[in-house]
Amino acid sequence: MASLQMAALLSAPSTPVPSDRVRVGSLRLSASSSSAARNGGALVVRSEAKVSGGGASARGLSLITHAVAEKAAAASSADSKPGHELLLFEALREGLDEEMERDPTVCVMGEDVGHYGGSYKVTKGLATKYGDLRVLDTPIAENSFTGMGIGSAMTGLRPVVEGMNMGFLLLAYNQISNNCGMLHYTSGGQFKIPIVIRGPGGVGRQLGAEHSQRLESYFQSIPGLQMVACSTPYNAKGLMKAAIRSENPVVLFEHVLLYNLKERIPDEEYVLSLEEAEMVRPGEHVTILTYSRMRYHVMQAAKTLVNKGYDPEVIDIRSLKPFDLYTIGNSIKKTHRVLIVEECMRTGGIGASLRSAIIDNFWDYLDAPILCLSSQDVPTPYAGTLENWTVVQPEQIVAAVEQLCK
Amino acid sequence: MAAFSAVKIPPPQFTTVRSSSQRPGSSPAHFAHSPSAFNSISFGSAKSVRSRPLFAVSSDVVSSDKTKPASSSASNPAVTREVALELYEDMVLGRAFEDMCAQMYYRGKMFGFVHLYNGQEAVSTGFIKLLNQSDKVVSTYRDHVHALSKGVPSREVMAELFGKATGCCRGQGGSMHMFSAAHNVLGGFAFIGEGIPVATGAAFSAKYHHEVLKQSKPEGLDVTLAFFGDGTCNNGQFFECLNMAQLWKLPIIFVVENNLWAIGMSHLRATSDPEIWKKGPAFGMPGVHVDGMDVLKVREVAQEAIARARRGEGPTLVECETYRFRGHSLADPDELRKPDEKAHYAARDPIIALKKYIIEHGLASESELKSIDKKIDDVVEDAVEFADSSPLPPRTQLLENVFADPKGFGIGPDGKYRCEDPLFTQGTAQV
Repeated sequence: MASLQMAALLSAPSTPVPSDRVRVGSLRLSASSSSAARNGGALVVRSEAKVSGGGASARGLSLITHAVAEKAAAASSADSKPGHELLLFEALREGLDEEMERDPTVCVMGEDVGHYGGSYKVTKGLATKYGDLRVLDTPIAENSFTGMGIGSAMTGLRPVVEGMNMGFLLLAYNQISNNCGMLHYTSGGQFKIPIVIRGPGGVGRQLGAEHSQRLESYFQSIPGLQMVACSTPYNAKGLMKAAIRSENPVVLFEHVLLYNLKERIPDEEYVLSLEEAEMVRPGEHVTILTYSRMRYHVMQAAKTLVNKGYDPEVIDIRSLKPFDLYTIGNSIKKTHRVLIVEECMRTGGIGASLRSAIIDNFWDYLDAPILCLSSQDVPTPYAGTLENWTVVQPEQIVAAVEQLCK
Repeated sequence: MAAFSAVKIPPPQFTTVRSSSQRPGSSPAHFAHSPSAFNSISFGSAKSVRSRPLFAVSSDVVSSDKTKPASSSASNPAVTREVALELYEDMVLGRAFEDMCAQMYYRGKMFGFVHLYNGQEAVSTGFIKLLNQSDKVVSTYRDHVHALSKGVPSREVMAELFGKATGCCRGQGGSMHMFSAAHNVLGGFAFIGEGIPVATGAAFSAKYHHEVLKQSKPEGLDVTLAFFGDGTCNNGQFFECLNMAQLWKLPIIFVVENNLWAIGMSHLRATSDPEIWKKGPAFGMPGVHVDGMDVLKVREVAQEAIARARRGEGPTLVECETYRFRGHSLADPDELRKPDEKAHYAARDPIIALKKYIIEHGLASESELKSIDKKIDDVVEDAVEFADSSPLPPRTQLLENVFADPKGFGIGPDGKYRCEDPLFTQGTAQV
């Protein structure tokens, strides 16, 4: 799948701009990514530095080499670059480890988080370091161990509950809705629930319907709950730390296909804001709102769009509940066109809520109807071709932007 | 005599409460079992499944034959005068409070679903009066008396029931959600079973504080009591938590208030094996059956279970045979329970039984007990007056406790956090 190749090839560093609101990631695609571009029907892209004749430049086409503007101040060689490189699951672990080190009340609960190191290795090594009680291997009883996490959060601990797959947390819905979300309110503010519920979700690679669920749409109505979705190693670590430090119950959505993304992240400690969205690519023509894995489909489509002369602004909303209406609103006020690209199902998904929020708040700034690309309302099929057609692909994104900008 | 040592075990008698050949005045389901099942009762943890003894006893069930003297001799009361009066007062408070709730409900002062505890006072008093302030209580929707026994002031509970801002949960919880951080009452839950994992978490927290944070107390681990009913014992969360609590030897006591009825569903019609105490040994923990209409027997069992938990020996499952004198809730017409069953248990009223015990053992005089009754009446009256005169929650309270950190409402279009918007604090903003 084109997106998987994209995921595997994203080995380039992204150095964030140190402003407190906006983080710009720059993706420098390696030369071999042109094969992905070819698959997507985009033009061949070559590095600007090698433009010396032949190929596209001879044909007089002006090539834009990067979908995202590269920071001019990028260091010359990888060795002298600040920070350290790691994969997304390692970034999550690093964030978790730092928080556990910093605060002894932070603990982990879940299936196979301890000795096994987590089904996606997010907690690998932590049980050896912190012991079996702080990294607790639970029996297979999601509702009860999530409730146990809530009870311990009420009594002074800060548990991080892992759903081995987010879909399994459907079994914990009783506890997440009634106790996690509501208990602070029904107790009149007497008990806080500083719990983090995290795990991998989303459509993977032929995992079948039950392992391919998007629970963000089911949880979004629960009052008292915050939801964030990470998409890069940088924001994964930052959001993990922020979620653990938050006094509110936070659900952190990870994606099964993004765990092996590699990125260079700062050595210094950083914590991101749970409520803020991330500016991925500033632009002028259209606002594309997305999150999690679809960010990469959008960026792949953006390459194509850029070469077709469009200038999309891409925002990773990151905070699924609540929405960052400031970042989103500023963008809409600039571009007047909105495309939402999400992996949720069409019915009742995050896109549906986002569309509604935009209409409520920014109706006057819109020049066109809000387009929302979501997954089909089908149980995710096993067959690869069918699965591809279930989720939004870059070609659809390109077509949608072209339609919006007519 | 320790509660868990072998006591006289009556022969098995399985007369069901409801049957077509109902004999008038038949005794209720009598959860005894074959005496041969446990000749040896020891308290080590069971190592192998094969040789694990059944950790279960049945304490003396008060027979309907009232001519039989109490098990302890008149010269050796099981409790001191102070304790006896404390227990009496607590049970009378529970009863008077609940009776007042019924009155207030029918007068339109409280609404919704109200589940009264009349008849079950011995369980609440028997257990909770042994706890320290830092021990935790987790209950169900039938939680008023648990809160009162744990020390939540009657005023706060009554005001909560009236939906006033001075209620223990600011009027936001209601009858089924009594919480008190000061007295470590962790709820009050409307769905049955959903409090049990929360209680398990509180017990986990106690163990964590001791082992990881090294915050140990001289008296031992903080104990958590989880109260729930017979209907809950068929729910998955019950079994899942029995497993986890025993697995990690958590300081929790699972207290089953078996009043034989889950609204209109008889326990015997809902449960394949109605002897709930047996489910403890199935998970490796002691299972005890006790007469829940006798506060002294409950207290005896509770003492042992709490001591076990404090020492870190793990959980206990205690099945208290009890009965609710009123319907499931104030909306329940209570048509299915037979009059003779009700009469049987009314004759075993725990308050009357304790009163009789106190007088027979010369622990206090009739007039002293009456003055306690009067004192409690005043307390309850005062609670009603307080609740009546308390203000209703203002609009500004609507959005206040949704998040512990109100930044969770997010960032508004103007770049400020929504919670900074004055409309928010006025409660008139749309979330």
